[in-house]
Amino acid sequence: MLHIKCPHCGMRSQNEFSYGGDATVKRPELNKEVSDQDWDNFVYNRKSLRGKHKELWQHISGCRQWIKVERDTATHEIFKTVKASEDI
Amino acid sequence: MHDDNALFSEFGMDLWRKMSQDLNYNVMFSPRGIINLAHSDAQMNVFARRGNSMRLNGIDAVLLNREEVKEIIPMADFSDNVRFPIFGGLMQPSAGTARHDAVAWGYARQADSMGVDIIQNCEVTGFDVVGGKIQGVRTSRGDIKVKKIGLCVAGSTNVLAEKLNMTVPIETHLLQACVSEPVKPVLDKVVTFGAGHFYISQSDKGEMVMGGDLDGYNSYAQRGNLPTLQHVLTEGIAMMPFLSKLKMLRTWGGIMDMSMDGSPIIDKTHIEGLYLNCGWCYGGFKATPASGWTFAHTIAQDRVHKLNAGYSLNRFHTGHLLDEKGLGTKTWIS
Repeated sequence: MLHIKCPHCGMRSQNEFSYGGDATVKRPELNKEVSDQDWDNFVYNRKSLRGKHKELWQHISGCRQWIKVERDTATHEIFKTVKASEDI
Repeated sequence: MHDDNALFSEFGMDLWRKMSQDLNYNVMFSPRGIINLAHSDAQMNVFARRGNSMRLNGIDAVLLNREEVKEIIPMADFSDNVRFPIFGGLMQPSAGTARHDAVAWGYARQADSMGVDIIQNCEVTGFDVVGGKIQGVRTSRGDIKVKKIGLCVAGSTNVLAEKLNMTVPIETHLLQACVSEPVKPVLDKVVTFGAGHFYISQSDKGEMVMGGDLDGYNSYAQRGNLPTLQHVLTEGIAMMPFLSKLKMLRTWGGIMDMSMDGSPIIDKTHIEGLYLNCGWCYGGFKATPASGWTFAHTIAQDRVHKLNAGYSLNRFHTGHLLDEKGLGTKTWIS
């Protein structure tokens, strides 16, 4: 069981959260010319790093806020959690 | 079923049937039949459509009603007051399972006797690419000059792609499986639960072999996490209540390539001489012989075979997805 520190609620069990994937993926800007490659990178292509990985989680059975988590994908160690609006 | 997936898998079935003879090694191939259970009228309709699409491609499929399912697997929960009543199921009688270790050993022994060098404990640390052509591979035990490389490294595709400055439509995730203590013969089919993600069969030793969902977050840790295992086994007990009396013998977790449409990739790449075989999600084992056969063809001929033409890397760019479940991207989310 992972223990994730929600920046709003404190330390909670993983099964209160749902996973939202890579937090570094950025949607191409609206009303601008977007190349097909940019869309591919946004929708499909992922680095899926081995090691430190910045990712989104939602505290779905708690405050329902989205948060950012920095976690090691090889050891599952969690280094840092911040609000979704903050940089990690 | 999409035609690309159906025809590819059926080609693989033909190879499975003669694998023990081809490898001169008993892989304990057991086409005992698979039943996918349905738990609503809507699901029965979907399975009827799916069964028809299989039969149109020459694959056996039988739609079973509740009574017919009960005759085959009476140990499933057919009582009145259950959350997910069994309405029926779709059975593929020719499908089944094999002993996974024997398949790996059989392939390794036969490949070795045909002159293939299998080098264990040897990590790939980098690649030499000159002018868009693959020239060599660097490993922890020395460099090797090459003309062609087949990259077929489920679970590490993202890591090696990064060394080639490629990003691929794949995330690496963790999947668990488990076996119970051995019991006397009780189940002679492979059965899947239709209201969640759970499968079960009984091994020749008597263990109940079970598994289901991914752990649900990117992972390279080859060990599982308890909440997912508990969730999966809850589904199992809902389907077959007697499982609650069994003791768990072993659980384990492995890492796998989750592709963005749930179907694999067997294709050439933008680097000349580099061929990619990845993205098998949950379904790599059944595809073993067909995957190897078409990948060998692709490498030797430097062009894809019509059986793996649909498994192109480019399909994510062109929109020709093979999205079997109709879920769109990130099929692991469900």
